Amino acid sequence: MAAVDLRGVKKSYAGTQVIHGVDCAIADGEFIVILGPSGCGKSTLLRMIAGLETVTAGEIAIEGKVVNQIEPKDRDISMVFQNYALYPHMSVYDNMAYGLRVRGVTKSEIDTRVRRAASILELSALLERKPRQLSGGQRQRVAMGRAIVREPKVFLFDEPLSNLDAKLRVQMRIEIKRLHGTIRTTSIYVTHDQVEAMTLGDRLIVMNAGRAEQIGTPMEIYLQPATTFVAGFIGSPAMNMIPAQIDGSGTVELPGGARLDFGEAIRPARALTVGIRPEHIEIVRPHTALFELGVELVEALGADSLVYGRLGAGGPPLTVRLAGTPTVSAGDVLPLGVAAENIHLFETESGKRL
Amino acid sequence: MHKRVIFGNKLLPYLLLLPQLVVTLVFFIWPAWQAMVQSVLVEDPFGLSSRVVWLENFENIFTDPNYLESLKVTVIFSVAVAVLALAAALVFAVMADRVVRGATVYKTLLIWPYAVAPAVAGALWGFLFDPSIGEVTYLLRTVGIEWNYLLDSDQAMILVVIAAAWTQISYNFIFFLAGLQSIPKSLIEAAAIDGAGPSRRFWTIMFPLLSPTAFFLLTINIVYAFFSTFGVIDTITRGGPGQATNILVYKVFSDSFRALDLGASAAQSVVLMVIVIGLTVVQFRYIERKVHY
Amino acid sequence: MVENRPWVTILSHAVLILGVVLVAFPIYIAFMASTYTLEELLQGRIPLLPGGHFIANYAEALVSGVSGSSSPPVGLMMLNSLVMALVICVGKIAISIIAAYAIVYFSFPLRMTCFWLIFVTLMLPVEVRILPTYKVVADLGLLDSYAGLTIPLIASATATFLFRQFFLTVPDELTEAARIDGAGPIRFFFDILLPLSRTSIAALFVIQFLYGWNQYLWPLIVTTKEGYYTIVMGISRLIHVVDIAPSWNLVMATALLAMIPPVIVVIVMQRWFVKGLVETEK
Repeated sequence: MAAVDLRGVKKSYAGTQVIHGVDCAIADGEFIVILGPSGCGKSTLLRMIAGLETVTAGEIAIEGKVVNQIEPKDRDISMVFQNYALYPHMSVYDNMAYGLRVRGVTKSEIDTRVRRAASILELSALLERKPRQLSGGQRQRVAMGRAIVREPKVFLFDEPLSNLDAKLRVQMRIEIKRLHGTIRTTSIYVTHDQVEAMTLGDRLIVMNAGRAEQIGTPMEIYLQPATTFVAGFIGSPAMNMIPAQIDGSGTVELPGGARLDFGEAIRPARALTVGIRPEHIEIVRPHTALFELGVELVEALGADSLVYGRLGAGGPPLTVRLAGTPTVSAGDVLPLGVAAENIHLFETESGKRL
Repeated sequence: MHKRVIFGNKLLPYLLLLPQLVVTLVFFIWPAWQAMVQSVLVEDPFGLSSRVVWLENFENIFTDPNYLESLKVTVIFSVAVAVLALAAALVFAVMADRVVRGATVYKTLLIWPYAVAPAVAGALWGFLFDPSIGEVTYLLRTVGIEWNYLLDSDQAMILVVIAAAWTQISYNFIFFLAGLQSIPKSLIEAAAIDGAGPSRRFWTIMFPLLSPTAFFLLTINIVYAFFSTFGVIDTITRGGPGQATNILVYKVFSDSFRALDLGASAAQSVVLMVIVIGLTVVQFRYIERKVHY
Repeated sequence: MVENRPWVTILSHAVLILGVVLVAFPIYIAFMASTYTLEELLQGRIPLLPGGHFIANYAEALVSGVSGSSSPPVGLMMLNSLVMALVICVGKIAISIIAAYAIVYFSFPLRMTCFWLIFVTLMLPVEVRILPTYKVVADLGLLDSYAGLTIPLIASATATFLFRQFFLTVPDELTEAARIDGAGPIRFFFDILLPLSRTSIAALFVIQFLYGWNQYLWPLIVTTKEGYYTIVMGISRLIHVVDIAPSWNLVMATALLAMIPPVIVVIVMQRWFVKGLVETEK
């Protein structure tokens, strides 16, 4: 039995469908990240699981029970909001205790739970303060504390780190991961940041325009992206997308004249997009090179260098990431090669992987 | 508070301030000063001479049973108006905040009474409750209540309170609604997830966050009831029956223009001034310390 | 959905509709009453449907006035009210905006004194200083004149405060850019500050128009000649007639006429008005 089960979940607003059927079975204790750009529907999906939005079609089940009609307060969930949503007129202690008080938990039990959560999140010294006296990171921890004390079946996170500065974000990311290691509650986490997704998620749901384009572990998604969207979204700098043609005999022709032979025939002949990650391209000896790069610009970052240029002579743009600081400058022509397993083929029209 | 960037002209600012300062000095400060001076004088009946009596006028009015009665009536009146106008406005604001469809229509329909002058409100409600042909009088009669505010003091008070509160409800409604809408939706959602039902959410989350607005409105409503309701009283009861609705501001008017007792009316004016200043100071100081979220 | 209780929404609508009805009830009755003759009204309770004398009553009130009430035609009173409201409104906005400009954008000796002097007017509504102000106006010979009706009410701190509040939020960079571009204080005011203040001016227009139109006590004491009566103060004269029953049908017609201009102003400019009210709170 899955901890949270999404079956054909759809959402429409006034006739416009915004979520086109999402299916996913989330296991007990799993940390699943819903990743996607702004407007892809990830927050909407989360709010449907929370019960803050109604489900137009399909079912959401928590521990086997369908919850579509059940109010948020009866779903046994906790939520961490993007802007923390702390009650400004209550102290940190009261903020964390509120949900327990509403449920009629005994005073001593409340005290035990609040103090335990406070010590896990290093908030013990701040219990009497009001939210406006806290920094952003502290407020975020109080929001998490409020979620923890209720000991719910599911934690929901709605882009909790977006309002923090970069350094704090890294710190809090580690805290969340640590927390999940200690309290193994099923967690559903929404973000647009792929680094957060890759580091925190046991599995990712990558969403685009209301569709779950791929569901898998971070590594699966990185190594075997299912669509051009997923391929381009994960990985920085983004995967190179090269338009190409395949003829009926399994040979892919790249602009600039390079040919890739796949042996088996892939029918029918059509337009393809060839995807290669910048980090998977290496400089090779000229006679084993797959193609050549006309270098236009080099960015030396210290640990790596990013080389921007064009495939062949005047072909499509290509980015290559090389380790260290090789002597490359604008105007050079580099012979490049790629391992076969790092070449991804996508059908141009549908975006799907071949 | 001052801008960082300041123009250097020396004469211009005085010129810009001149109109307002002139009117303020001539029609505000000078008369107020006159009232204060007058309040410590007693003039002879012909207005030819006067002598300084310091606080004697004040002693007189505070021992005058009519004045004390008027004070009591004013307090009852203001509290009643404030409570009625605030409670009704809060209920409407909470409901208006909840509904999604028709919110703008309701808002417009509940706001427009603010445009009605208290005197006109008095005329309308006085007509509704007229002892002989009032519509509500008729309805009350059908349930066995005899209504004649010209004779019954309590009824007179009820009538003027309703008439005075009627236009204030709109004013309070605007502020309460703005206050409710400034509460972030995520707070309500968080409370809902925490398990609080609508009633609990209102009392533990929304009402505390509304309290600065409520307090501000309380002082405004009391100032309104003290001073701006002259028109209501004059149109319906003229202070009657007897002294039943003779609020302080009405008494000042009667004593000034009808009884022509200058010393006493000046003293009453000064007392009113003190009350207004007190209320305004309380309001401003509270707002200074208002909690900002 | 926060919660799944549809009856709560139904209840909310019910309460709101009840509120709207209660609030509109006096108007409804007043309108009905204004369409009958006095005899019909005095006979019994007011009917809930309109009578047939709508045009007749309103025409009579507007043009010939209400007989026996020592009151001029309502049309004349409305004109007086309009003049009073517009003069107060425009006057207040004009002198307040330049006063606020002076206080915020200039530094000069006595700046804070002037500020407090203006502030003090907030605490002195006309009802509090009624007799001495009357005396000043009488001494200046301004009784029974438009000047007497309007000028004493033209200085008030609310408008100055609103403008001051607004000016403080205008970024300093704008002023600096204007100065670099060569604008002096007057140009800056007219070309930049004034256009930016449009919303505040609109909000204040509504509030001050209402204030001027709805004045009761002041016109009551400052006018002795009928020709200067305003409609809001005139209503009580129509009601408190001696020896005869008030012409309620015409009184109601007058009341409704007295309400229409301010209500129109509020409804048409509702958005600015609400914004302005909430701003003055701060």
